[in-house]
Amino acid sequence: MNMILLSVYDLSLAAGLILLLALLSFRMKLNVEKQLIIAAVRTAVQLVLIGLVLKYLFEQVNFWLITLLACIMLLAAGREVMARQHRHFAGGWGFGIGIISMFVSSFTVTVLALTVVVQPDPWYTPQYAIPLLGMLLGNTMNGIALGMDRLTTSAYEQRQIIESRLLLGETWSQAIADIRYNSMRIGMIPMINAMAAAGIVSLPGMMTGQILAGSPPVEAVKYQILIMFLITAGTGFGTLTAIWFASKHLFDDRDRLRLDRFKAKK
Amino acid sequence: MPETNHLLIKQLKTALFGPVDLSVNEGECVCLSGVSGSGKTLLLRSIADLDPHEGDVMLGNETCSAMDAHEWRRQVGLLSSESQWWFEQVGQHFKQPTSDWFEKLGFNNEVMHWQVSRLSSGEKQRLALARLLENNPKVLLLDEPTANLDKENTALVENLVRCLTEKNNTTVLWVSHDADQIKRVASRHFRFSQGGLEEAAI
Repeated sequence: MNMILLSVYDLSLAAGLILLLALLSFRMKLNVEKQLIIAAVRTAVQLVLIGLVLKYLFEQVNFWLITLLACIMLLAAGREVMARQHRHFAGGWGFGIGIISMFVSSFTVTVLALTVVVQPDPWYTPQYAIPLLGMLLGNTMNGIALGMDRLTTSAYEQRQIIESRLLLGETWSQAIADIRYNSMRIGMIPMINAMAAAGIVSLPGMMTGQILAGSPPVEAVKYQILIMFLITAGTGFGTLTAIWFASKHLFDDRDRLRLDRFKAKK
Repeated sequence: MPETNHLLIKQLKTALFGPVDLSVNEGECVCLSGVSGSGKTLLLRSIADLDPHEGDVMLGNETCSAMDAHEWRRQVGLLSSESQWWFEQVGQHFKQPTSDWFEKLGFNNEVMHWQVSRLSSGEKQRLALARLLENNPKVLLLDEPTANLDKENTALVENLVRCLTEKNNTTVLWVSHDADQIKRVASRHFRFSQGGLEEAAI
């Protein structure tokens, strides 16, 4: 089966639908038309750029260039985690916790999948490495951002309860335990839900893409199962790591709740 | 060799008050008063090591900074002016199935099954004291413990604290605005003003 190539004309038709939606938003005074157009333009520009970068990378298969791109993706994800929190840690910590947890989980799981499961030659073959890492980072980032936002918001709202528990002689870890469990769960639930609904309610995007590009459905499904397991593991480990470090950093070495380490978003 | 429940505050200081020096003998009850906002609550929080501070506090011959923070707070118990409850039932906040202090505070064991949402502010305050006493603290820091209580219940709390200082040699630092109460419970009285302590008449 051959892939049907899309022309610029095909894409313009789809863009026309976005314009129509923007027009409707303008007429109904929903005030999202500006955001909508900017986001649509960003999608087009960013994806075309990454397409060109990938094209170049696929031709080179240079380990260091791939590493460089992976690091840029990681930094962008770290910035996004911080931007999505209403209150985040001041200084390097806000950025660092997300980056380290995503590095530990997404990078390890990607390298494991490449060297042990998929085994392309060489193992860092960009056709496999970059999309895998991208999907892992994107999902791990969501989990960490959700969990961290829950953690910092709850700690702020329940500061009197936390201090009350400290005053009764609990350690920092006991005093924040309930909030920590909740935040870890919140970060992991989207992936668990996605696995439960896969194939029944939703056809996952990666698999759909492969089928559209002409792959046999059963082969696409196998890849999708692999990806979902990897993503869930990566998100889970990443969220657990991030929440643990973040909850520890809420307290100082004398087990005092230190909300002054937060910076609220303006 | 100092007495084990002797509380010694040395050059305790934060950006908002101090330096404060104070020595409270074992089994003594010292009252603190002062206009609101003068930093009495902050002083108690620093003694319990809940706020960052300069200076140090000693209990007997043990130094706060040399002890694990949670262990220090078990021995130096702070009762906040507003108590916090996070589980549904009263009993879930206690480690033991019963408290020796319920009767003295006007409760019986039934209170363990009560819903927190149905407690009055006075009941919450007295139960918070019982909850804190589960740790058998050597020092009690009381931040206006009877502010929400009627005459009868205020007397219960005052008698309980007197019983603790006399029988258990518990050392007490009591923040109060009530001059009559200070007369009833305190052996010494300090006024907190401009970030420092001044001894005042009882």
